[in-house]
Amino acid sequence: QKVSVEMLDHLEHLALVDFRDSEGVERLQKAIQFADQLQEVNTDGVEPMDSVLEDRCLYLREDDVTEGNCTKELLENAREKVEEYFVAPPGNIPLPKLEEQDTFLQGS
Amino acid sequence: AALKGGLRSQVSAALKEGRVTPTELCQRCLALIKSTKFLNAYITVAEETALKQAKESEERYKRGQPLGILDGIPVAVKDNFNTAGIETTCASNMLKGYISPYNATVVQKLLDQGAVLLGKTNLDEFAMGSGSTDGVFGPVRNPWSYSKQYKEKSVPKSHSEDEESDWVITGGSSGGSAAAVSSFTCFAALGSDTGGSTRNPAAHCGVVGLKPTYGLISRHGLIPLVNSMDVPGILTRCVDDAAVLLGSLAGHDPKDSTTIQDDFRPFELPDLPDVSKLSIGIPKEYHAPGLSSEILALWSKAADLFKNAGAKVVEVSLPHTRYSIVCYHVLCTAEVASNMARFDGLEYGHRSDKKESTESMYAATRREGFNDVVRGRILSGNYFLLKQNSEKYFVKALKVRRLIANDFVKVFRSGVDILLTPTTLSDAAPYMEFIQEDNRTRSAQDDILTQAANMAGLPAINVPTALSERGLPVGLQFIGRSFQEKQLLTVAKWFEKQVQFPMIQLEEVKRHDSSVFQHQKSASFS
Repeated sequence: QKVSVEMLDHLEHLALVDFRDSEGVERLQKAIQFADQLQEVNTDGVEPMDSVLEDRCLYLREDDVTEGNCTKELLENAREKVEEYFVAPPGNIPLPKLEEQDTFLQGS
Repeated sequence: AALKGGLRSQVSAALKEGRVTPTELCQRCLALIKSTKFLNAYITVAEETALKQAKESEERYKRGQPLGILDGIPVAVKDNFNTAGIETTCASNMLKGYISPYNATVVQKLLDQGAVLLGKTNLDEFAMGSGSTDGVFGPVRNPWSYSKQYKEKSVPKSHSEDEESDWVITGGSSGGSAAAVSSFTCFAALGSDTGGSTRNPAAHCGVVGLKPTYGLISRHGLIPLVNSMDVPGILTRCVDDAAVLLGSLAGHDPKDSTTIQDDFRPFELPDLPDVSKLSIGIPKEYHAPGLSSEILALWSKAADLFKNAGAKVVEVSLPHTRYSIVCYHVLCTAEVASNMARFDGLEYGHRSDKKESTESMYAATRREGFNDVVRGRILSGNYFLLKQNSEKYFVKALKVRRLIANDFVKVFRSGVDILLTPTTLSDAAPYMEFIQEDNRTRSAQDDILTQAANMAGLPAINVPTALSERGLPVGLQFIGRSFQEKQLLTVAKWFEKQVQFPMIQLEEVKRHDSSVFQHQKSASFS
């Protein structure tokens, strides 16, 4: 099955990355096709494995502050800042839908 | 001569006795980096700081107080490790100009022992790839392209063709690190290994590439690709050197909760390793489609070597091997989708000029910052993680992962100590041929022999074995039990001694530093 335009749109919004052109969409199609091979494997009764270290206890350190106070260093790599804030453009404005965009789908 | 020797056996002694100084070593390496610039192995060369570190090391040697074997040793680090004050780019537009505010734990450990950090090496963008051809700074060239051994075997080109057009790739994604070690510009380099990214270029460049057990070496400061599989990798010219590096890097790090808490004791390898009491497993599934007949023959010869030395050599089966690439494809893209979410232009890295809204700025930043390969994996990963898909793809892959890991457990439980396999399907391809296929196809092909070890978290090492008919390096891989690096490296060292892999005879560079390259007649394996 081909991936629907709604799905492409949905993915672009989730990923905040665009397919850019039909090649990008083809790439996704191929990736899904490739991944479908997993269905050949019988995994009845098999538990998912999150980590190869699952038999061990994860190390949790004490909740003590051991370092910090590096605001200046951390801000150095940001392009837009004001005092100790990272500055972002206005939020709460959704990206236009795929149909509304001037994208490859409309042959731009 | 110092540039050719092993760290523990030769270089350290030379430094202690003052036969060579850290500054000389550093200068020699920096000069070699300049004269091998065409390899494109380095993205950033930290000349000033390196010379400063070398000078400090020299003072310590003068006082008779070197910090250890690594004091004064020039090393290089793959450009996906954070290095304080030095640009860290991951070969991506997204991080061009990003100066890390901190050192990755492994980098800090190297510096704490007096190692001299020469620079950051080139890679595929964000370590996604198996050729070191897809970074924004261009591809890395395999030093063996310029070796006497390769040139002797190449068909002479006509005048009209660019003599340079038949250079071969390093493999990837840690190609820069492999090329740097192979061309003598450093003694050791750090790479990373998620699907084979340290072992693959090691095989193609004729160097030792060690992938340690997951959880042994800290990932703090290694810009993550797949958190559950990434490990820092070690590239050196001999197995003993890899053991030295491992000794200085392994151990629990409070800043990486996925490092195990067991005590790690650095070890030295025996001078005359004994393999007669071992059981070597030959997994039949690693006779993969596309495996060159040359490598198949070498693999078989290697098995015979062990047999003749008294080891028990048995065929074993890892039935789910063929699914490791598909499994990796899903898990990798899923974790990548999550890991790449941090790049939004706000706190660091590239930021687009678009300012209509936060989302449009994020989207534009990511469009401008990432290449097709990265964007493709992010989108695929998001697809597999969608609520309606995650059971079918992501969770399914996690179950297949367990099956792959269990295959190894069963084999090791049956009495096998070490597995012997090829590392790559063939020797290094010419760049022009390699780029005919896209990144994902190439990765799927090239990772088949290395990926399963990452899936199961096991230690694995590439040992350069022989030269192919084209005069290029071919390596074989050993896979060991979790946290049994000592045994793994002991076997690797024994094998290394048996095969006497020839030293690269770099032609172009010879003119600049003739004292370094001496023709060495050595009995070769093939």
